[in-house]
Amino acid sequence: MAAAEEASRPFAGLSDVSISEDIPVEGDISVPVASSRRDEEFSTLDEPVKETILRDLRAVGNKFIHVLYPKRSSALLRDWDLWGPLLLCVTLALLLQGGAADSDDQGGPQFAEVFVIIWFGSIIITLNSKLLGGTISFFQSLCVLGYCIMPLTAAMAVCRIVLIGGSGTVSFAVRLVVVTASFGWSTFASTAFLADSQPPNRKALVVYPVFLFYFVIGWMILTFSPSQ
Amino acid sequence: MSAGSGNRNTNTEPWGSFDEHLIQGSGSAVVDMENMDDTSGSSFEDMGEMHQRMKEEEEVAAEAAATEDDSTEDGEFLGMKGLKGQLGRQVADEVWQAGKRQASKAFNLYANIDILRPYFDVEPVQVRSRLIESMIPVRMINFPQKIAGELYGPLMLVFTLVAILLHGMKTSGTVIREGTLMGTAIGTCFGYWLGVSSFIYFLAYLVNAQITMLQTLSLLGYGLFGHCVVLLITYNIHFHFLFYVLWLLLGGLSTLRMVAALLSRTVGQTPRLLLCGTLTLLHMLFLLYLHFAYHKIVEGLLDSLEGPNMAPMQRVARDVPELTVNATARSLGVLLRAH
Repeated sequence: MAAAEEASRPFAGLSDVSISEDIPVEGDISVPVASSRRDEEFSTLDEPVKETILRDLRAVGNKFIHVLYPKRSSALLRDWDLWGPLLLCVTLALLLQGGAADSDDQGGPQFAEVFVIIWFGSIIITLNSKLLGGTISFFQSLCVLGYCIMPLTAAMAVCRIVLIGGSGTVSFAVRLVVVTASFGWSTFASTAFLADSQPPNRKALVVYPVFLFYFVIGWMILTFSPSQ
Repeated sequence: MSAGSGNRNTNTEPWGSFDEHLIQGSGSAVVDMENMDDTSGSSFEDMGEMHQRMKEEEEVAAEAAATEDDSTEDGEFLGMKGLKGQLGRQVADEVWQAGKRQASKAFNLYANIDILRPYFDVEPVQVRSRLIESMIPVRMINFPQKIAGELYGPLMLVFTLVAILLHGMKTSGTVIREGTLMGTAIGTCFGYWLGVSSFIYFLAYLVNAQITMLQTLSLLGYGLFGHCVVLLITYNIHFHFLFYVLWLLLGGLSTLRMVAALLSRTVGQTPRLLLCGTLTLLHMLFLLYLHFAYHKIVEGLLDSLEGPNMAPMQRVARDVPELTVNATARSLGVLLRAH
């Protein structure tokens, strides 16, 4: 009988769940007023241009330092920006320009080619990491991959200097060592940031395209030979 | 009361209890033969479509609820603000709706990536085992062979092939007149993968073979593993005889694997001959083409690593030595010997 009664009133047991009257429920639901923030935004319009530029440059420089010493920090990810990657990409493309560029011969990578390789490569790696279930956002990933080209750009500058001295076996050996080291550095730095956002057993799947990407860039740098 | 055995009407609630919706009947199961392949993409595609349809329904319901709320509010304020207020509100509403529609369209475009997500759901061990299996033909052709329906492995293999091709073009000093090295490499590899997969799928559709587009993409993609290995070896060791041996061996093995998989899913002698013959021809010829078209041995210059580039290549008859090793390997050897 009692069971049938209970079955017929399935929510009966909940009817007496309530806050007793002698415990006052009080609180303050209020949204913090954003007027102070608006004031700040207006004030950055009035500051001198030099300050604005310096602030951005400082942020970019800060990220360069994070790439130089890749520890697991989230500074690169938290405030991403694409100034650094753009700067590095343009520098690298300019340094790779003028390599074995005869009038007809297109053996050396042109500016546009390098640009396209870097940006489309980064986009594809980002899409791949997102499809594999990564938690990092699109632009954050682009930011990380772009900043981690820095060791390779430095290697390119070194290679160009070495090539001024001559292009024999010794110079090739030096260039090989430098490019290999910087390629390893780039890959390591970018995986330090990217791999954290992946489930642990899939890190290898994300690292491989990054490895391939920097390998292709490193190969372009290594096979660069200046025109006479 | 009602028909059907085992029906107890325990309808005691005014809103009609849960029992009303119990499925009556003798409970015969229907097995959907379409989804027999547990790795076929069709079930995932359905899931993706369902998900999108659900989202759209939600959005439509939310919009309907929103407009209902707004219209009741407008009715109340009509007396106070008059016509002008209502017009302004309507315009603002329209702008908001249009903006929301644009944003949701853009978001759906972005969310289309989620349709591809199931095809990238792999573990590294799986990828490795599939790479090795792609070189091992399976002899069972009486029952449809299982073909993995993933896109990660094939995509990575195509990119690897692009990188190897670039290496080959660079070290042989290939001159591309109309276009760039990178563009040619990417165009060739992706064109082959997508184009031949579509063509094989089209032929399979004509001869009524049991294979989906995803499976042809996946099959052909993994078949490129053999090509990658052969090209990696022969771009560095220019030994013609070695290339032909590897072409037959590794190229042949990966082709046999694909052919066996297709045979197991096709019925009839002529369709089998057509499908498998086409695939064999295209796959083997592609490897031949990659080796010979992008890897000409230039007179006096084997790579662009040492010294300035010479004038555009000239074809002069000469005796090609039996075994030539890539200058990279040669200088590495010199370095090692020096220590």
